[in-house]
Amino acid sequence: MIARATILRSPWKDLSRQHESATFGIWVFLASELLFFGSLLLLYTAYRVANPDVFIAAGRETDLWYGTVNTAVLMTSSLTMAVSAKAAEADMRRLTIWCLGATVALGLMFLVFKGFEYAEDIEKNLVPGANFALKQPAAQIFFALYWIMTAIHAIHLSIGLGLVGRLAISGALRRVQLRENPQVEVTALYWHLVDVIWIILYPLIYLMGRS
Amino acid sequence: MTDIAISGELPLPREPSYLGAGHTVSSWLATTDHKRIAILYAATITFFFFLGGIAISLVRLDLFTPAGDLLSDDTYNKLFTFHGVVMVWFFMVPSIPGTFGNFLLPLMIGARDVAFPKLNLFSWYLILAGGFCTLYALIAGGVDTGWTFYTPFSTMFSNTHVIAAALGVFIAGFSSIATGVNFIATTHMLRAPGMTWFRLPLFVWAIYATSLVMVLATPVLAVTLLLVIAERWLHLPIFNPDFGGDPLLFQHLFWFYSHPAVYIMVLPAMGVISEVVTCFARRRVFGYDFMVYAMVGIAVIGFFVWGHHMFVSGQSPYASIVFSFLSFIVAVPSAIKVFNWTATLYRGQIGFEAPMLYALGFLGLFTIGGLTGLFLASIPIDVHVTDTYFVVAHFHYIMVGGTVSAYFAGLHYWWPKITGRLYPDAWARFAAILMFFGFNFTFFPQFIVGYLGMPRRYHVYPPEFQVYNVLSSAGAFVLAAAYLLPPLYLTWSLIWGARAGRNPWNATGLEWKTSSPPPRENFAVLPHVEEAPYQYHPEGVAPEHGGENYRTQGDQT
Amino acid sequence: MLSVFMPVAASAQAVQTDRIYFVLLALSGAIILLVAALVLIFSIRYRRGSKAKRGALPSVMSREFEIGWTSATLFLALFIFWWVSSSQLSALVAPKNALEIHVVAKQWMWKTQHSNGAREINELHVPLDTPVRLVMTSEDVIHSFFVPAFRMKKDVLPGRYTETWFRATKLGVFHLFCAEYCGSEHSRMTGRIVVMKADGYARWLAAQPQGDGLAKTGETVFRARGCSGCHSKASKVHAPDLNGLYGRKVQLADGRTVTADEAYLRDSMLKPRQDVAAGFEPIMPSYAGILTDGEIISLTAYIRSLSGKEENRQ
Repeated sequence: MIARATILRSPWKDLSRQHESATFGIWVFLASELLFFGSLLLLYTAYRVANPDVFIAAGRETDLWYGTVNTAVLMTSSLTMAVSAKAAEADMRRLTIWCLGATVALGLMFLVFKGFEYAEDIEKNLVPGANFALKQPAAQIFFALYWIMTAIHAIHLSIGLGLVGRLAISGALRRVQLRENPQVEVTALYWHLVDVIWIILYPLIYLMGRS
Repeated sequence: MTDIAISGELPLPREPSYLGAGHTVSSWLATTDHKRIAILYAATITFFFFLGGIAISLVRLDLFTPAGDLLSDDTYNKLFTFHGVVMVWFFMVPSIPGTFGNFLLPLMIGARDVAFPKLNLFSWYLILAGGFCTLYALIAGGVDTGWTFYTPFSTMFSNTHVIAAALGVFIAGFSSIATGVNFIATTHMLRAPGMTWFRLPLFVWAIYATSLVMVLATPVLAVTLLLVIAERWLHLPIFNPDFGGDPLLFQHLFWFYSHPAVYIMVLPAMGVISEVVTCFARRRVFGYDFMVYAMVGIAVIGFFVWGHHMFVSGQSPYASIVFSFLSFIVAVPSAIKVFNWTATLYRGQIGFEAPMLYALGFLGLFTIGGLTGLFLASIPIDVHVTDTYFVVAHFHYIMVGGTVSAYFAGLHYWWPKITGRLYPDAWARFAAILMFFGFNFTFFPQFIVGYLGMPRRYHVYPPEFQVYNVLSSAGAFVLAAAYLLPPLYLTWSLIWGARAGRNPWNATGLEWKTSSPPPRENFAVLPHVEEAPYQYHPEGVAPEHGGENYRTQGDQT
Repeated sequence: MLSVFMPVAASAQAVQTDRIYFVLLALSGAIILLVAALVLIFSIRYRRGSKAKRGALPSVMSREFEIGWTSATLFLALFIFWWVSSSQLSALVAPKNALEIHVVAKQWMWKTQHSNGAREINELHVPLDTPVRLVMTSEDVIHSFFVPAFRMKKDVLPGRYTETWFRATKLGVFHLFCAEYCGSEHSRMTGRIVVMKADGYARWLAAQPQGDGLAKTGETVFRARGCSGCHSKASKVHAPDLNGLYGRKVQLADGRTVTADEAYLRDSMLKPRQDVAAGFEPIMPSYAGILTDGEIISLTAYIRSLSGKEENRQ
């Protein structure tokens, strides 16, 4: 049995207070992420309102299959992450670690599919620049935002993979206990943020003009 | 070590002070002690303050003559840009929160450290990393976009190291966010028993309000800078008009952060002033509740006024009217604070030690700066004076006359607590007075020359503006001399200064109940709080003496 | 004496701005004097160890007092806002008979053009006591057209038009500054506004070389880019007639009515699907990326000339 002291740290005197504080802290951080992605989305919205036809036409050039598959993958990973968090609470160690592992696997799958999608986009000349595939200038803004928003999301996802992976490995090697560990809930909340961001990005990128 | 006791007289800790707990370099660079991290911040921001100061000294030197014969156009433009970038993000924003916030927040609420000590250290490393990136931009040849990075100049026309500078600021922004998260969690979760929200010292409320703004505003800056980098480096069109991009959207995004940023810079200063004025007037603060509501009000309303930087930008005139209205409203809570500080002096027992001199200076200078904000909130006047020296004077009255004065007030007030040493008060008072005069000499002429029409960021200017520029530059050198004094006598005090007792000012506040300097764990016994702050006299009765057992420096117990 | 602190007030707006300035100055002066006086008096009277009475704090310093002065401050702020702003909205739109000047800013010079085609560099001659409307755009970065004597400033943006107007009330030569940092020679991007008597201005204008005139250039572009392929009487394509279009109200397909001004013309060229005229199909292709900014400006001038605006000032 791992001593609770290994996850209790200064200045906390009891673990439940530390846990509460970690959860509180990550929620505050998530508020900042809301402003972060929110301002990007507001920018997107402003340009969409100014160029409705062009954005719709440009939106049709994104790959709906990749987008939809990735959405399913990411939402499943959120499920496995949630199960993992609940399992940690219930001290079901093996289930926790398996689910953490599944989350990592699904996250990696997302990135792999994204990589293939990016390669396809480049081939289709959807990178803004001299050889851009579409005639209307504002379409290049749509795709500039596409590249930027998906890349930033991918970076957030990669950071999440690091957090989840680290927890999975530490737990598997019994370096830390997972029950009552504040890091589990913190990681879970962060991962859910990554998922929620994608759920908002998905319609804006893939469902434009496809109704 | 974890028992709690009745507050009043806490037993003095027997452990070595936090300064003595480890002498290796790694004990400093890998510390998670909020007090050591505060010292790391203090050293960093002081370094950047002097760098930014050197830059602007060269600028003011050049401005002695209208023809700008000292520097080339490009060098001049790079110098004022460097001054702005460094002063805003590597001095002003991290100064009071990073040094006094870090050092005092846990002490003032009766905690042993902040909520996330390792994150705290990481915050400092982020500022350092951002600073290195920005210094690289300087050494590699500089940036010439102005600290505001307006597009499309910054994205498509400037031939300087915009990306490095933007990256440096981007990284520093994360330091802000991390610090904000830490301080918010600390205030919520680590208050000692009995320390209810409305028993908190106003400095804690100030840091709390500042942290809310840091967490919510800074992410927008991050996005804005990221977009500038993406457009410049990867040629992804975002603000490029050739593709239908709108440069005004950059301005909206930029000012949505940068206006709340000025409240990040001034709210902590207000907190310091509340601590100093109460102690040196020996009075409870007047209107504690309203002081709290005012700070929170400033933090909230401050998010809705950003368009007052854009009255002539081509934004809708109806939007401008709304922003003007809200800008008038946001002046009200600041005015209330000035009234309350003034009222706190009433029937006090006022001493004029250095901290109080800085605080009194703050009252005057901040009031002037704030009143000129009303001029700028008035659209017809702003149309005339925006982008002139009038605005430069306005924000320097608040940032320098206000925040820097408060920083020095706090530095002199808490120096004995932080270092355990007393500094020579005569030198400190002299520096404070010299600073006050140097400051006014530098910046008051700028109001005049601004209304006369001299635009800002001008390397050369029409000869009729010279007399004001000469006055301003002369004042700047007086001010620079004044700034050189504190490093000298404060360093002297570290070696030869008398040792301070636990409470040389006989102040209230939990930080004064532990030793000077405090031990690593802050308190030998954690306090239990039973009363409101600023108990300098019984309620409703002004102090008859300079406070019971009141002594100036020299308390040796 | 005042010129030590104030630039000459050479426009109708300047007088209003200065009035507001003086009132705010008086108010601020009063407030800062009050605060300074109180701080000084309290500091002296209540310095440590002084004989002034301390004792029981007067009960007037209570919650009601605080609410009182907060409300008073709020009311004062609202009142000043109202007083300052009430003149604003009416001053927004230039009078209908305003003289139109086109301004093009570029690093690091000002190019102005009068409606008859007369051009100036870093200078603008205007008649006294006549409303002048500036229609401005930039060829590169954001600049700002600033005339301190007129208390007038407006940013000049690439990719769109911004407008401002003034009525000069004093003869003379006044500074023109660029007031938005625009690169190396920002501080050298200055000029002169020359205010002349109306008849002197007319003589000056007549003496200017007409040159090609912007409208003439626009006519060339109109043909070269194929606009006349649809927008001429000979065309088989059903496209709106541009004669007399400028300044007229246009009924749009979605029911709205807009005025055919510079912005409308520009948008019609770049985003033709946005405001389709009633009775016409949305078949006009977009010229975004095809027309340069300069060409758009000249086309706009040409279309304006088709409304007879030069001869007919009514």
